[in-house]
Amino acid sequence: MATLVSHPDEVRIVSKRFGQGAADLDRYLALDGYKAVQKALTMGPDAIINEVKASNLRGRGGAGFPAGMKWSFVPKESAKPKYVLCNGDESEPGTCKDRLIFEHDPHAVIEGVIIAAIAVGAHTGYIYIRGEYRYLSEIMQKALADAYARGYLGRNIFGSGYDLDIYWHGGAGAYEVGEESALMESLEGKRGVPRIRPPFPAVVGLWGGPTVINNAETLASVPHLLLMGGEAFANVGVPRNGGTRLFCLSGHVTKPGVYELPLGYNLKKLIYEVGGGIANGHKLKAVVPGGSSVPCLTADEVDVALDFDSMIKAGTFLGSGGVIVIDDHSCIVKFALRTNQFYRHESCGWCIPCREGTDWLQKTLVRFHSGGGVAKDIDNLQYLGENMLGRTFCPLGDAAAMPIIGFVKKFRAEFEAHLEGRPCPFEAHPAVSALPVLSH
Amino acid sequence: MRFSEQLEARYADMLGHYPTRRSLLVPFLLYVQDELGYLTDEAIDDIAGRLELTSLEVRNVISYYSMLRTKPAGQYNVQVCTNICCMLRGGEEMLEHVKQRLGVAENKGITADGQFSVEEVECIGACSWAPAMQVNYDFYENLTPEKIDGVLEEYRKK
Repeated sequence: MATLVSHPDEVRIVSKRFGQGAADLDRYLALDGYKAVQKALTMGPDAIINEVKASNLRGRGGAGFPAGMKWSFVPKESAKPKYVLCNGDESEPGTCKDRLIFEHDPHAVIEGVIIAAIAVGAHTGYIYIRGEYRYLSEIMQKALADAYARGYLGRNIFGSGYDLDIYWHGGAGAYEVGEESALMESLEGKRGVPRIRPPFPAVVGLWGGPTVINNAETLASVPHLLLMGGEAFANVGVPRNGGTRLFCLSGHVTKPGVYELPLGYNLKKLIYEVGGGIANGHKLKAVVPGGSSVPCLTADEVDVALDFDSMIKAGTFLGSGGVIVIDDHSCIVKFALRTNQFYRHESCGWCIPCREGTDWLQKTLVRFHSGGGVAKDIDNLQYLGENMLGRTFCPLGDAAAMPIIGFVKKFRAEFEAHLEGRPCPFEAHPAVSALPVLSH
Repeated sequence: MRFSEQLEARYADMLGHYPTRRSLLVPFLLYVQDELGYLTDEAIDDIAGRLELTSLEVRNVISYYSMLRTKPAGQYNVQVCTNICCMLRGGEEMLEHVKQRLGVAENKGITADGQFSVEEVECIGACSWAPAMQVNYDFYENLTPEKIDGVLEEYRKK
């Protein structure tokens, strides 16, 4: 469905079976499928967790938490059943990588869930896929049925004596459900309102049982790292950031697409070499490097390494791997407005700073962009954002505030150019290019 | 109320997936909606009864999820993404084009013959292939006005 791209700098680990028909179980087996889980069954839980720790695999959903450490938090003994939950509720604007994994390599996700389950001693797993991805849910349902038919799931998997059931689950349109505690609420058949933490899911999760929650890309990386060896996987990336990421390049580049590159790859190279540079001979204005929730980088700030730690040093986050490129013909105020419009729509309203904050940001940005802003509004945007940060149950409030604070801080002059009834300065640039530009 | 045989089989199957009945609620509601066009009062009451919930509890869940609806949409719901990545590549213009083409002015409006509805949606996970839309569950990407016309024509003929 979605077009695949390639570039010589790519290191294909998670994407190595893309485009090769691996949704078919026999094809998957021919491409080293289900070898890692058989290895895992001989290793035992502690050795698996040590290997994942050695791989420096960090959470691909956005937070970058070390996966091996997360697994080690699950208590060995538990009165309540333990669970593994794969987060495939991919909804962060700019992010479209899990879609490719589910479409091209669904068994890799299943295999990752099996290995995680063996590692933490869980006998039930769920693969949650967002409701809009119905065709992927169907692919996953078939893959699960095929795995059951071969005895890879159910009782006595691979003749090992270990029992494991894995089920698909589907959403119905809600960004917030991508947050781990909201995801569990949704799976339990409720509104996706986040839970207060602690306790963390590893201790009290689904139906009160210890639960490991990992992003689909994280889990799809696990079989590969187990076959390669944790150290070899770690060496693909940079220190403390093992392996690769599926970077979703979008916006005003010549060659948008999902590219698998080693962690630590240079952002400037991603835009100009892999992505073919800015389309239509325009220039770079800004990049939102980790999905819509992270602060932007200006054109002068893009010579940075794409790994979790370097991005934090650069004042932003690696996030979900969505790299959104904005050219110099685009209006940052408009971009900020549309970003916030999303968060306002998705805020569940449970906590006041997020509910009211996103609403006030929206009112201010709309007024601003239509030329009705006053100088004080600029500081107000920042003030509103800063008062949302860290004051909400779940990270949606932060996700809404961080980009706005970044835009105001880094593009203040562009906000000022909209003041006192002046029309948007980008109106003077009608759609002169083959690529449609922002409308006003 | 009896749903189709296929949906009843799905319900029976899903019941076995979870330790609590209500866990199947969200994905099952979406399948019911696909069968009926929208979540009717009768269907809501019925599902509530099956899962030992009140109808209000079911409605409370429905109102949280943007894909679930308690009013009809067109036979083909055209959902155009205008979120940031699509916006940068003309998503708003594509939405406008779809609306004009189908003669639908309002968001979630339905054509007079009931064949199409148009909805502005948030990110559908097609960022690297923007601008994009979904017609029901099918994705259409790298849109241009011409491509949209072709897609709509195909559905019109169905």
